[in-house]
Parts: sequence; C-alpha cells; structure tokens
Amino acid sequence: MKATGAIAINVFRESVRDKVLYNLVFFAILMMGASYLIGQLTAGQDVKIIKDLGLAAMSIFGLFIAVFIGIGLVSKEVERRSIYSLLAKPVRRWQLLVGKYAGLVLTLVVNIGVMTVALYAVLVYLRWGVSPAVEKAWDAPALDPALLKAIYLIFVELALVTAIALLFSTFSTPILSAAFTFGLTIVGQYSTDLRNFQDVLDSPVAQQIARGLYWVLPNLGQFDIKLRIVHGLPVSAGYLGTATLYAALYIAFLLVVSALVFSRRDFK
Amino acid sequence: MSAALRTEELTKDYALGFWRKRPYRALDALSISVPAGEVFGFLGPNGAGKTTTLKLLMQLVYPTSGRAEMLGRPVGDLAVKHRIGYLPEHPYFYDYLTAEELLRYFGSLFGFSAAEARARADRLLDEVGIAGERRLQLRKYSKGMLQRLGIAQALLNDPELVIFDEPMSGLDPLGRRDVRSLILGLRDRGCTVFFSSHVLSDAEALCNQVAILARGRLVATGRLTDMLAFRARGWEMVVAGASDALVAALTPRTRRIVRIGEGRYQLDLPLEPPPERLLADVTAAGAHLVALNPIRETLEDFFIEQVASATDGSHRAV
Repeated sequence: MKATGAIAINVFRESVRDKVLYNLVFFAILMMGASYLIGQLTAGQDVKIIKDLGLAAMSIFGLFIAVFIGIGLVSKEVERRSIYSLLAKPVRRWQLLVGKYAGLVLTLVVNIGVMTVALYAVLVYLRWGVSPAVEKAWDAPALDPALLKAIYLIFVELALVTAIALLFSTFSTPILSAAFTFGLTIVGQYSTDLRNFQDVLDSPVAQQIARGLYWVLPNLGQFDIKLRIVHGLPVSAGYLGTATLYAALYIAFLLVVSALVFSRRDFK
Repeated sequence: MSAALRTEELTKDYALGFWRKRPYRALDALSISVPAGEVFGFLGPNGAGKTTTLKLLMQLVYPTSGRAEMLGRPVGDLAVKHRIGYLPEHPYFYDYLTAEELLRYFGSLFGFSAAEARARADRLLDEVGIAGERRLQLRKYSKGMLQRLGIAQALLNDPELVIFDEPMSGLDPLGRRDVRSLILGLRDRGCTVFFSSHVLSDAEALCNQVAILARGRLVATGRLTDMLAFRARGWEMVVAGASDALVAALTPRTRRIVRIGEGRYQLDLPLEPPPERLLADVTAAGAHLVALNPIRETLEDFFIEQVASATDGSHRAV
C-alpha cells in the first residue's frame, strides 16, 4: 500500500513539473475572455453560456490529460527504461499499475478542483449586481450547487477514460494507444445508439453484434449531464450513484485486465 | 561456500518477425553459480546475452525454460528484492526529479521512513561523488552522472547481492577507478557483486571468478587465476648489470633476449624448466634481478579465442 502511494505521489509530482497543470492557465484565460465578451448578452443567457463553456472545457482539457498522460504512464517508463530500476525494487507489477493510475486520478482531481473554483469565480462576477428577483427568473441560479453534480460525473468519466488509456498503454505503442483510447471514448459517447440499432436492423446476427458491443463498450453518454444541469433540470442522487457504480466496476475490470497483461509482459 | 546466485539451464527465446514469428535464442541453457561474497564477472561481447540474463534475474523478462535463484529464493520473490540491488545498462530515471528526490522515492518503495530514506540518500550521493548535484533535475545530468546515480540507487537498501549491468559504461577513467574501488569496498563488506562487462581490464582488476558468454552460450567459467595460469606460456625476466659474457652464456637457454639499456636486458624464458636455476646463475655472475613475471595469455586473447570458436560452430535459430 505504501509503495503504491509512493508511486502515485511520484506520478503527480512528475505531472505537475511536466507543466501538465499549465492547461489551467488556458482555462482561466478562456473563462475570463469569454465572460468579458459574453457580458454584452442578456443577463441570464451569459450565465448559461459560461456554464456550458466551463463544463465543456473541463471535459475536453480533462480528456486530453487523461489520454496523453494516461498512455505515457506505462509506455514512457518502458521506453525510457526507468521501469528497470523501479521493478527491481520490492514492488509488484500490479502495484506499479495501480499506483500510476491513482497518481493520474489525483492529478485530475487537482486539475478539476482548480477549474471548478475558477468557474464559480467567473459566475460570481457575472452575478454581481443582478437582483435576486431577476435571478429567480433564470433556469438555474448562477451559483447553482447542482453544477457540482455535472463536474463530478465529468471526473468519473475521465477516471474511466484514464483506465482505458492505461490498458492500451500496457501492450501498445503510445500513438496507437492514443488512437484506440480516443476512438473508444468517441464510440462510448454514442453507445446507447447501439442498443437502438436492434430496432432498425433486420439481420439477427447484426442485432446480436450491436447488442454485444453495447454491453462491452463503455457507456460514456450517461456521464454527460451538462445540458440538464445548465437548464436547471433535476438529476437524482440515484442516477449519480448508478453511474458511479457502473464506472467503478468498469474501472476495476480494466485495471485487472491491465494488470494481467502487464504482469506477463517481457521488457526487451 | 553457498551460492548467492544460481541459474540452471536458463534459456530465453524471443520471437522475431511480425506475421511469421521465428524464435530467436538469446540465451541457451545457462548454468552458473556465483559464490557468496565474491566479485563475479559476467563477460562477453555485445549481443552475447549478458543483459538478457540480468533481465531474467530481475524478472524483467520471463525465461522460456530453466530456473534461477538468488539468495536461496526463486527470482521475483519480493523478500529477495529487499536484499538485492540492480543497476540497469545505461540507467535512466525521471526527467523532473532531482537525485535526492529519486533516492527518497525509491527509499519509500523499500518501506524506509522519510528520515531514514533521506539519511541513506545523503550518504550514497556522497559515496558516488554527486553530492554537489543532488538538487539538479535529472534531465540536466550527464551520462556519467546518471551512471553514478544508478549505482547509488542500487545500493540504497545495503544489499547482500548487487547486479550491475556494465557498471563502467559512460564513465571517464577517474569514474572507472571510483567504481572499481566501490566494488571492492562492497566485497569487503561481504556483499556479492555480479557484474557484466565487455571491458576485460575491469574484470581482470576486480574478479575472482568469471563466466564468459558468447552468442547466448556459456563458453568458459571459473577462477580467473586458474584460467590464465593454465595458459601461462613462459616467463619474462628483467635483469640489470649483466655483462656481455653472461648474456652470451644465457642466450641458448632463452627464447629471446632484448637489450633495454646499458647492462639491462629482458629475457624471454620458456615455461620449463622453472626459472630459479637461471636466476641463481644470473646473480652468481654479478647481475641482479629487476622483475620476473609469468607470460600469460591476457583475458583479451582468451576472450577473442573463445568467442571466435563459439561463433564458428553455433547456429542461433532454434
């Protein structure tokens, strides 16, 4: 446990020094610039757009971090041979993987945490001087705590994408891993469509394949509740719980497969 | 004496090719035993299978067949990893860490407390001579400095057995001398040192025993002194104050006499008869002895000969 923790902290430290968190600066500039430009619009609309933009930026920046750092976690160690001295220490290969994964999840937590604070800061600025009566007429209040639900599911989705990236990086090259991970992430956004294919496909074989893929591929669409939150629609705790459980089981499965692949691998 | 490291018929095949994979034997039934407390040289030219063997010992690759054990336990055993140190070939670490941070990080993997890890890091950085660069990020390190850091990280846990892959590589003559004395220091502390090298002078200076590998096969193993003494070809005697008459009298008993300077000669003698009688005659004639050395085949010659014969008769494909 101690070794896994040490590996995780090292990943976090490396990411920070590797200027990964510089994306936060871009996020801050984007938010400030957007709020200035959008400030010209009707009050209420601007808040909605900033929320949309902020959540979308969190998703995209997070996705880039999850994929590009995620695929480098293992492949970089192998390519640069730093894994040789690491595995000579009293560490099991699966501990190395879990530590690496935990380190990147920690990086994502910090990253998303800072972006959340920045988003709320911009919203405070936009709400400045708006009377409570006007704010009541909006779909959702400016400092809507429900935003945290959307942000939470963005984080859960990114944790799942990180596990996908990690799996590919245990046996593939960085470029292929990135391609596979992006591909799977995009397909995962539309996996519910696969279920609906059953209704439009005639061939029973094709129906079976569509159903099979629906069950195997990660269903990432369920983590996207941005639109509902921005429009002030309710999202139940039960929904969040089910999505979390789904992600936790999927991540556990991916980590187990990654560990199995990784523990049999030869480092030539 | 018990063996610190032992391999039995250790074999490794790699698959070559993309579609039609062909097996390629990188290591062929290697059986060696390294006695505890000794400095053991694992020699061979590049591509002989040395690094593959070391990777098998560290379980970075898995054997096709055969077995290996270290300190009486199978390789890969976590308890064994607490008691060994490993320096990989051309070590490389994390760009954004400093030497101090790297050693503390590795220290935490051994379960050391922060204070303990710091104390060990300080001592080792001093010992390998990079204490001045302890706070420099590793991406700014030279090859030689990385090599020294690689040695430091291998010694972090005061190991009973160290495995060094080409420990002298990337080092200048001063660095090589430092590493040589460090290895001898480890031996004096009771640590077993198993190191690979293709530089024979390093092995000659350090090893009690060697194993020579060529094309994945063990071609010779044993005590260096036995191996070379067995191949002694004669004696080289240097005398001073020898008269012309003495030189003329000695000529039929030598293979060759070379004049070095005034009254100073180098005599090349056959292995038999032993040189004592000739030495007695030299001193009786008023000359005196400057040096007497056996003429041995150097490890270099031995190496080339063994490698050449292995190359002639071997087929690498399985």
